[in-house]
Amino acid sequence: MSTATLDLPSIKPLTRNISIFMRETRYEFLRLMRTRSFSFSVVGFPVVFYLFFGIIMNRGQQIGAISVAKYVLASYAVFGMVGAALFGIGVGLAADLAAGWLDLKRASPMPPLAYVLAKCCSAVFFGILIVSLLALMGITLGHVSLSLAEYGRMIALTVVGVIPFVCMGLALALLVPFSSAPGITNMIYLPMSFCGGLWVPLMFLPHFMQKIAVLMPTYHLGQLMLGAFGYASTGTTLSHWYGLLGFTLLMLGIAGTALRRLEQNS
Amino acid sequence: MSAVLELPQTNAMPVPRPSIDAVASLDHITKRFPNGVVALDNLCLTLRRGEVVALLGPNGAGKSTAVKLLMGLSSPTSGTVSIFGADPRNHSARMRTGVMLQVGKAPEMLRVREHIELFRGYYPNPMAYADIIKVAGLDGLESRFFGQLSGGQKQRVLFALALAGDPDLIFLDEPTVGLDIKSRRGMWAQIELLASRGKTVLLTTHYLEEADSLAQRIVVIDKGRIVCEGTPAEVKSLGSIAPGASNSRSMKIIRCATTIPPHALLNIPGVTSATVSGELTTILTSQAESTMREILALDPSLHSIDVQSPKLEDAFLALTGDHE
Repeated sequence: MSTATLDLPSIKPLTRNISIFMRETRYEFLRLMRTRSFSFSVVGFPVVFYLFFGIIMNRGQQIGAISVAKYVLASYAVFGMVGAALFGIGVGLAADLAAGWLDLKRASPMPPLAYVLAKCCSAVFFGILIVSLLALMGITLGHVSLSLAEYGRMIALTVVGVIPFVCMGLALALLVPFSSAPGITNMIYLPMSFCGGLWVPLMFLPHFMQKIAVLMPTYHLGQLMLGAFGYASTGTTLSHWYGLLGFTLLMLGIAGTALRRLEQNS
Repeated sequence: MSAVLELPQTNAMPVPRPSIDAVASLDHITKRFPNGVVALDNLCLTLRRGEVVALLGPNGAGKSTAVKLLMGLSSPTSGTVSIFGADPRNHSARMRTGVMLQVGKAPEMLRVREHIELFRGYYPNPMAYADIIKVAGLDGLESRFFGQLSGGQKQRVLFALALAGDPDLIFLDEPTVGLDIKSRRGMWAQIELLASRGKTVLLTTHYLEEADSLAQRIVVIDKGRIVCEGTPAEVKSLGSIAPGASNSRSMKIIRCATTIPPHALLNIPGVTSATVSGELTTILTSQAESTMREILALDPSLHSIDVQSPKLEDAFLALTGDHE
């Protein structure tokens, strides 16, 4: 009995993989954009927060040389991109997993990396969208003076800064049952943002909270973003990168363990 | 290697005899889960080119486990799985396979054509877009969002995704759930067309009528083992006797209201089982006519007699019932 063997035509796998990845990213982004409940809240939340706390409440105020509106712009930019990563990846992946859709994708010839990278890039695009929108609001409504270089640094930080939170989203999606995913994500996202000094600047928080802030990835990213404006208050740039790196590795470890456990049970 | 009875096809429709090329196989597969459950126990299954195979079994029998192994979604504890001579866990091995799974929720905010384009792009030689639309019956629905479709239409989109790559091996998991009669017949016609083009189809279904009309070979699984394998006609008659016994005589089911107790009925030659349920006694026999003469003679008050050929349903229930 002969076995029909695999015998594919010679198509450049790299070219095809690249076009698969581009298509996967495009449709992932489109799909998220079209899901009003996601796009409106992930973009709307930081926009509304910034409007109230950064612009309306602090008209033209300064603390020393620091423009409050500009300070808060950095904080809410981080708040916004973290939300985009956690909800776009975390909840999105959890939904795909629970519905069995992920099984269908895995059973297809789609390279698994394309799926993960597509979700990552969509988070980055949403992050850039949110940060740009906030910057625009700051410049037009908050009289914030933002140089092109500063904007460029914000975007660069967004591209890299979402990664730890994408990993966190991955870990959450693999650990948390889908029905409670949005609730649990919020319960982690909001306190983590507050304790990282993203809502109320760290210097105004009680002393013990300032101490635990160093454990928060939101704190480290927030300080790096403030550093893009020259406003960093504590720690060195390098210490913040180390903090983010440590957090990313921790999340990847958790995600890896959860994935292995899922595969063993399948 | 599992035994397959070499009896001639009894289908009315002429079906091309499948070539002997093996396209996929599960070879002495055992799958044990960490919690101790043995889902598959030394199972051997071969799929040959051009056949439509239906996998039947009660819930928990191991059907989904077997299919998942063939799809590369899971790994066996021991034994080898192969698709076109390669390990299905390699994603490149899946370039010739198409899958239709029961999916709770596919991305709702993508249009039908976007879904199809995405899946077409995974394959080196996808089917032409217009052909996919025609075969899956999606004319006019291409611009609709997936979330706006009815249950039956969603099913047809999932069927389209399975066919998108013009695959040679297709897995269909409950493909006609939720479809109306017309769509179901339409999908059956498409599946038969696939087989006539030399494609191999593995079908899992709870609609025994579907297995009966579509499959050239039925494999019945229970508790991780194959209990019966053969053409629909073979399975129907084999299901009426104890597994392991080879038999080419036709079994019949006699139902009647009689006072003859079951243990006496079992003494009649040809009777393999006799059960009583309320007023009705059900007798399974390989010699219908002589059994009938016997019971009519023994019990003059016998009434409501009914003689039938075994149905696939009965065979299935008999094969997968609890064997003490």
